[in-house]
Amino acid sequence: MKPKTFNIIINGVGGQGQLTLLRILAFSALKENLNVKWSELHGLSQRGGSVEVHLRFGKKIFSPLVCQADADFILSLEFQEAQKALYYADSKTQFLINEIIIPIPGEAIPEKEEILKSLEKFTKKIEILPASKICQEKFQKEVLAGVFLLGYALNKKFLPLKKESLFEGIKKVIPEKYQKENFEAFEAGFFSNLNEF
Amino acid sequence: MKEILFAKKGEKIVVLGNEAVCRGALEADVDFVSTYPGTPASEIGNVFFALKDEIKKIKPSFHFEFSSNEKVAIEAGAGAALCGLKSLVAMKNFGLNVASDFLHTLMYTGIEGAMVIFVADDPSCWSSAQSEQNTRFYFLSAKIPALEPSDVQEFKEFTKFAFLFSEKYKIPVMVRSTTRASHQGGILTCDEINLKEKKGFFKKDPNRFSTMAPRVLQMKKQLLEKIRAIKKEAENSNLNKVFKGKAKNLGIITSGISFSLVQEALSRLKMDLPILKLGFVYPLPEKKILKFLAQVKRVLIVEELEPYLEREIAIISQKAKLKVEIFGKGEEIEGGRIWSSERKAILPQIGELKPEYVEFAIAKILNKKTSFDYLKHLREFEKVKIVPRPPILCPGCPYWNVVNALKKVVNVNEVIFGGEIGCYMLFSHKAINLQDYLYCMGSSIGVAHGISKSSSQKVICFTGDSSFFHASIPALINTVFNESNPLIIILENQTTAMTGHQPHPGTKGIKILDIVKACGIKNIKEINQTQNQKEFEETIKEFLEKNEPAVIIAKGECALLKKKKQ
Repeated sequence: MKPKTFNIIINGVGGQGQLTLLRILAFSALKENLNVKWSELHGLSQRGGSVEVHLRFGKKIFSPLVCQADADFILSLEFQEAQKALYYADSKTQFLINEIIIPIPGEAIPEKEEILKSLEKFTKKIEILPASKICQEKFQKEVLAGVFLLGYALNKKFLPLKKESLFEGIKKVIPEKYQKENFEAFEAGFFSNLNEF
Repeated sequence: MKEILFAKKGEKIVVLGNEAVCRGALEADVDFVSTYPGTPASEIGNVFFALKDEIKKIKPSFHFEFSSNEKVAIEAGAGAALCGLKSLVAMKNFGLNVASDFLHTLMYTGIEGAMVIFVADDPSCWSSAQSEQNTRFYFLSAKIPALEPSDVQEFKEFTKFAFLFSEKYKIPVMVRSTTRASHQGGILTCDEINLKEKKGFFKKDPNRFSTMAPRVLQMKKQLLEKIRAIKKEAENSNLNKVFKGKAKNLGIITSGISFSLVQEALSRLKMDLPILKLGFVYPLPEKKILKFLAQVKRVLIVEELEPYLEREIAIISQKAKLKVEIFGKGEEIEGGRIWSSERKAILPQIGELKPEYVEFAIAKILNKKTSFDYLKHLREFEKVKIVPRPPILCPGCPYWNVVNALKKVVNVNEVIFGGEIGCYMLFSHKAINLQDYLYCMGSSIGVAHGISKSSSQKVICFTGDSSFFHASIPALINTVFNESNPLIIILENQTTAMTGHQPHPGTKGIKILDIVKACGIKNIKEINQTQNQKEFEETIKEFLEKNEPAVIIAKGECALLKKKKQ
């Protein structure tokens, strides 16, 4: 059964395409006649810093911001950033994490196990995929990782949306000359299996 | 983005709050739009910049401009409105400081057509370096009628209403927003756009538009009379909505994005409390507020930043000798704490509000349990070791060459580095560490002058190309006029990068070099720091020895812009 309102957090490092993914999902929700609100950040916060955006859809939405511990789905486009989203995580939260570490200038690179341990204190529903690596190999374009992960999330039923709606979303949001590669990445993600990696 | 102009009546589109303002202005048949880019208000300019040619096909008289700064933008918009046109001027909070000199006088004269001023604040400083400024106190000082929309639909409706209202009272009207309101996305149902060609005409009437004592005092009286009339209208306006609610043990007064947080909090608490949602935030509907207060013994004011509504409502309540307990930000000693498991305040003065803060506040007042144990969860979250990732210069940014050159040839421990608003304020990143002070647009040179006159320390200060045109030129002239010796590095990346690559006077061929020379600077060199690193380093060394002001124009194109062009 669909929950009344579905709460999504997408986070990562500025420039990883969070705003594009937001819009794809927003259009998809609109296509399904759902109410939708989201919250994004621009300007200074986009320059290689942490970027966290919120999206909520359902019957009736009030706040564009997701409440503490109330995310249904968290898509982290960078491994370390996943920890920052824990503010929104609880045992019901499904995490999908891009297995890439983008170093923070002047800081040591943390152990993946340590990050995973801290995530598991909040939820056991965690999947990690090397999406950037796959997209670099398959399409020579790392930034497609986001769309790839959307495809994966949809097939895994992490997102209560229809495939056609997401297709419409991609068509609407992505400029025409990049649509083909985005559809390919989305499909590649959709038909991916965690055991492959 | 085109659908902001082309969506038909009844069509539903998904847009940001700021984009809905643009649609509202178009539905109001706006004639003239001027702005200086500043996040979180930048999209107003971006949308009209992208659509201006399409608009002009329908309405050739339409004008859009990125003005050289916010003061010029508001003056230009006023000029259009004095000619009987409808103008929209947009800026971020700090822009209003720059424009405020003009605004205070403009309120005295009023306008002829219609004029809407859109201003966006930035609680939590997501895109602001200099302060968490609360623009609302300008309402009182300038006496400008002001509206605060909550969701994307209201952004459109309120903007349209602001134009009508401005036209009716011949007074500028402000639409005030915040980051989370402006950058919220949602579904917008469109109305009709009917753009009409219109040429303005300035009808001479010095009695109305020329301020001089003693006439100016009469103008002030007229302004106060207008505000009194508008207040009456605000009392009956459906922009101020009362939600009756079932319980009567607590009432809530709120506005803007905070309203959506209140609704969320109440739905989580499964409570139905009376709410007064204010759309008109200046002048306030005193009678409506009093009537609301009289029904509830206790009231919680939900607003972001410093207590503006709370103060005004406390005064209204005191004047009427009402016995109402008002909760909000509380005393300074209690308030002003950010959300942490240690916090004591009802609502914080620092940082934006979140739905859970509002729920927490309501539950605390009513001695009720929250829908979730936020504090327990927060204590767990605070145990997670989180390394902040502050923004930094992009890979390939030409400013890296400036950083590297300075670190190579300058004793960075002795020289003072003056920062300025733009991407180069990221010189404060601890991996770079070349920023000893940072204030506002145009301030780096002025402060450098003061330091160099007051100490024997050498100052290197930065300014960008857009900020050079914005407000740096008077300060530059002052270094010559009053004889100081800073080394000024103008970082000319050929765009307004931080806010999303808007054009500026330099991108249309106005040469910074010519202006600097005309200001009387003798030591000046224009160097592409990415191509001529050696020359750049040598010039820094040479100019640092000068006992008079010196300027290096570092011409390296923004890496993102370069990529965009490819």
